[in-house]
Amino acid sequence: MMNTAGFPLLSLITWLPLVGCVVIMCVRGDEETVASNARWTALWTTLIVLALSLVLWVKFDPREAGFQFNESIAWLPHYRIAYKMGVDGISVLFVLLSTVLTPICILASWETIQTKVREYMMSFLILETMMAGMFCATDFVVFYMFFEAVLIPMYLIIGVWGGPRRVYAAVKFFLFTLTGSVLMLLALIAMWLHAGTTDISVLMETRFPVSMQTWLFFALFASFAVKVPMWPVHTWLPDAHVEAPTAGSVILAGVLLKMGAYGFVRFSIPMLPDAAQAYAPLIYTLSIVAVIYTSFVALAQEDMKKLIAYSSVAHMGVVTIGLFTFNEQGIQGALFQMLSHGIVSGALFLIVGVVYDRIHSREIAHYSGLADRMPAYALVFMVFTMASVGLPGTAGFVGEFLVIVGALQVNFWLALLGGLGMILGAVYMLYLYRRVIFGTITHANLRHILDLSPREWAVFAPLIVLTLWMGVYPSSFTTFFDESVAAMVRHHHAAIASTVKLAQGMPGVLN
Amino acid sequence: MVYAIAVFAPLVGALISGLLGKAIGDRAAMGASVLGMLIAAACGPYAFFVLAQGGEPGTIDLGTWIEAGKFHVSWALRYDTLAAAMVAMVSFVSMLIHVYSIGYMSHDATRWRFFSYLSLFSFAMLMLVTADNLAQLFFGWEGVGLCSYLLIGYWYDRPSACAAAIKAFIVNRIADLPFAVGVALIFMTFGSIEFSSIFATVTKHGADTYRLFGLTFPALEVIGFLLFIGAMGKSAQLFLHVWLPDAMEGPTPVSALIHAATMVTAGVFLMARMSPLMEYAPYAASFVTIVGASTALFAATVGCCQNDIKRVIAYSTCSQLGYMFVAAGVGAYQASIFHLITHAFFKALLFLGAGSVIHAMSDEQDMRRMGGLAKHIPVTCAVMWIGNLALAGIPPLAGSYSKDAIISSAFLAHSNVGSYAFICTVMAAFLTAFYSWRLLFMTFHGTSRVDHRTMEHVHESPAVMLIPLLLLATGAAFAGMLLNGWFIGHDQVHFWHGSIFNNPANEIMRHIEHAPLAVELAPLIVGVAGIALAYAMYIARPDLPKIFAKEHPRIYFFLLNKWYFDELYDRIFVRPLICIARFSWRIGDATIIDGVPNGLAAIAAGGARQVVKIQTGSLAAYAFVMLIGVVALVGVFMLFR
Repeated sequence: MMNTAGFPLLSLITWLPLVGCVVIMCVRGDEETVASNARWTALWTTLIVLALSLVLWVKFDPREAGFQFNESIAWLPHYRIAYKMGVDGISVLFVLLSTVLTPICILASWETIQTKVREYMMSFLILETMMAGMFCATDFVVFYMFFEAVLIPMYLIIGVWGGPRRVYAAVKFFLFTLTGSVLMLLALIAMWLHAGTTDISVLMETRFPVSMQTWLFFALFASFAVKVPMWPVHTWLPDAHVEAPTAGSVILAGVLLKMGAYGFVRFSIPMLPDAAQAYAPLIYTLSIVAVIYTSFVALAQEDMKKLIAYSSVAHMGVVTIGLFTFNEQGIQGALFQMLSHGIVSGALFLIVGVVYDRIHSREIAHYSGLADRMPAYALVFMVFTMASVGLPGTAGFVGEFLVIVGALQVNFWLALLGGLGMILGAVYMLYLYRRVIFGTITHANLRHILDLSPREWAVFAPLIVLTLWMGVYPSSFTTFFDESVAAMVRHHHAAIASTVKLAQGMPGVLN
Repeated sequence: MVYAIAVFAPLVGALISGLLGKAIGDRAAMGASVLGMLIAAACGPYAFFVLAQGGEPGTIDLGTWIEAGKFHVSWALRYDTLAAAMVAMVSFVSMLIHVYSIGYMSHDATRWRFFSYLSLFSFAMLMLVTADNLAQLFFGWEGVGLCSYLLIGYWYDRPSACAAAIKAFIVNRIADLPFAVGVALIFMTFGSIEFSSIFATVTKHGADTYRLFGLTFPALEVIGFLLFIGAMGKSAQLFLHVWLPDAMEGPTPVSALIHAATMVTAGVFLMARMSPLMEYAPYAASFVTIVGASTALFAATVGCCQNDIKRVIAYSTCSQLGYMFVAAGVGAYQASIFHLITHAFFKALLFLGAGSVIHAMSDEQDMRRMGGLAKHIPVTCAVMWIGNLALAGIPPLAGSYSKDAIISSAFLAHSNVGSYAFICTVMAAFLTAFYSWRLLFMTFHGTSRVDHRTMEHVHESPAVMLIPLLLLATGAAFAGMLLNGWFIGHDQVHFWHGSIFNNPANEIMRHIEHAPLAVELAPLIVGVAGIALAYAMYIARPDLPKIFAKEHPRIYFFLLNKWYFDELYDRIFVRPLICIARFSWRIGDATIIDGVPNGLAAIAAGGARQVVKIQTGSLAAYAFVMLIGVVALVGVFMLFR
């Protein structure tokens, strides 16, 4: 089992959090000791995982389009299913996104969570294992298991540490995402029966018959579209966000929403090129509706978290447009938008969390004129507001702009309508900012509200650095997936060309 | 190198005063910010003069920005005459505004914040004009948008300031989307968005077409239109002008910086920068002229009826920008940039002069409560006179050179569009002179309408405010005379060094100094007539305006309410969109989309509750049901065997 790192790096990143989990379980003592130990253990574990994942950053060879750091253990050899791990340019940065956001979440929950701290920290560690595993898996069965298992810790985080309607939100979250997953399981079995294996790199080279592609595409679509979430199966998201604790929202927006789009880019597009091409207009339509409709819904919100949740749906609409343009600018833009949205929307939920911790309200109407008492907070909020509306120089711009460039190569209206998020995003974000930060303080309990604490600075500082870094020098991120995306685009166009050739050669066969 | 310092010194100043402002105190923060600007104002004009004396243009590469497949964009500073002239003007005027602000903002509580925004704004503007590609231009474009949002909303405790700030940002954004799509179309057509590669291959793509609305258009025309819509937003042209007057909510130096010297001229700059492309998009160029001419006239009519001293000047800016677009549209980009530069001097002067008046009047902005201030604030009065003489185009002040060149070029276009533009601009010149002197007479002359309490405090501004005013006044007086030869004189081809392109078929620049005498004199004659009318209405017979308003209330209110644009937009855009937003959420999401899963859940739960009732626990009942089942099964089996 040799790979670039010389040791099973990906497995280590994936399973190490579980070791931390075991350690936390072994702690004995009174409640305070247990809580404190759980926090520190969780923080250190996630930091070590982060450090390990930086090895990936350094050692990853961006000139190579295929999977790297491969690991393989025979698991069910009779069925040609194996435990396989590996990352390519597309997945490597999402592993990093997960490992960066988890310690930030632990830190953000430091004082907020006071009940069942041990179980909370354990949930987050399990969550990290599942997220990292999902992005590293190069076997469909392994991927499927991680993909589904993510639900469990998230369900618990919302259902146990959430707000007043947490049970409704948790069950809704679980049922929505599970319904889609059942269909994905069917697709998985069908693909396995057809190809004889579930190895992703083999599946990518397998040509599925066009008629089969269609229903495979929709089976996978059912699962991924809910996760993205695409309109109209997005309504679980605002509820889940509103009820989830702050850190839960961060992971939900930062990583879990990326799972659906990652699914598209890992399975639907490379494995089912003809169906993806044929149903791209459907995706465009749903995405444009998502961009416009959810932006309007966001504008009408009275709850800060809900507003940001809806804005996530709109931003993910841009991602799905980009992915299905099948050109380099579009797909790279979409991947970049996924990363930047992971950072920016995560940060925006943390921003809501800051005032929620102090005032215990998410109602926009409960706030006004915070700039007076909290200038640093106002600055941080402004940075991420601007990143969210895609101001050049911040992370949000690069992805959105590349998607517009990619979309225009498909259709003028796709670019223009998909780009409407640029305007509408500014409307709802600035309106939010104005109501919360500007104006004069009218509520008595805001008069003595405190500005950011050092711990909160520690939470935001890395996110600000990342946001600006991604905005000013995005090449250090795009180089990772440049080659993989180029290969994917070539692969896609070759597949489409061969289908066309086939159709011309043997008329009527495809029908 | 000097050039790069001119661009980045303001950024350093902004960062120091913005991030450390609270720690090091207002004075140090202001010092850092002003020092940064002073360095920029030394380096910027220096770099320009080097180039004007025959220096070599070039590009300073700062590194890669975005890369995605064939799409490649760098951070780079373009050093040519057009960019250098803009850098020189922006850095110099901005420096004066910084110095002026030291005095004007001396009573403010968070000066570090103000200076940080101001310097950041200057940096963004400098990035815009030195851009080497359209993406970096867009960086500066949006950067000035952000800073103007922050500066207009500087006094964030005022609801009107917050509203104006949001309005400015969003109206600009509306125009930015077509701009971004236009940039994407340029990439699709040219395979690059770097200026040098675009310009080198324009002629090759002259025949390219693009399908839209089911019709086929020349690709360059579509690009031209899309880019110009972006320019309309930033430069406050008709239909997208609504943000500019409201932006007067910001502190006065902000108005001077944003609405005079820099941000609003970005659209004009864009047209000049893209001249190699616009020259091959005649329909787009005609559209530019029509919009510019209409704006020039429209804004001038509104300017005649406003009572807020700053709003008069704001509409005047709007109108002057229209002039610049007229020139750009008919192909006299040199004249439009010339007017841009001279306008920067006299408009900054007017705004800062107005600021000085407001400062003297204890924050009163309504001209109906002024009058007869000349003897109390003589220096301010003098510089305002110079500014207005320059604006009205009275020789030999700056405006007369540049504005006459624009009016001549409209005439020399010899086209229907050109004639329309000529008529509009001449009429606007009359109105310009009228509202300028209306402002002067209402503020400085005639009988005083100032109340006693304010009158006691009327004082001339301190030296730190007057010196920038005097410097700008010098510029307003002599810039036209000095720069005329370079910008539009017979040697202009050599001066511009290829940074502005004229289609070989376009001969306007060759004839611009040889317009018929009547055309040359027209602006002067209507200007003097406008002044005479203002004198008649505000000095000789001060009761005339009231009589006019009473006899023609419709015209008066139409102009006073700015042609009802705000009301119209509120009805057709703002309110319906808010309704749509509410509807989408309450009905669309909460009732329809969520209704399905919630309904399914309710059915499942209800069904389960019904099914539970079958479970009675009575063995007899179970046995009976089983028996029925067996009979039914056997029956089915027999029937379908």
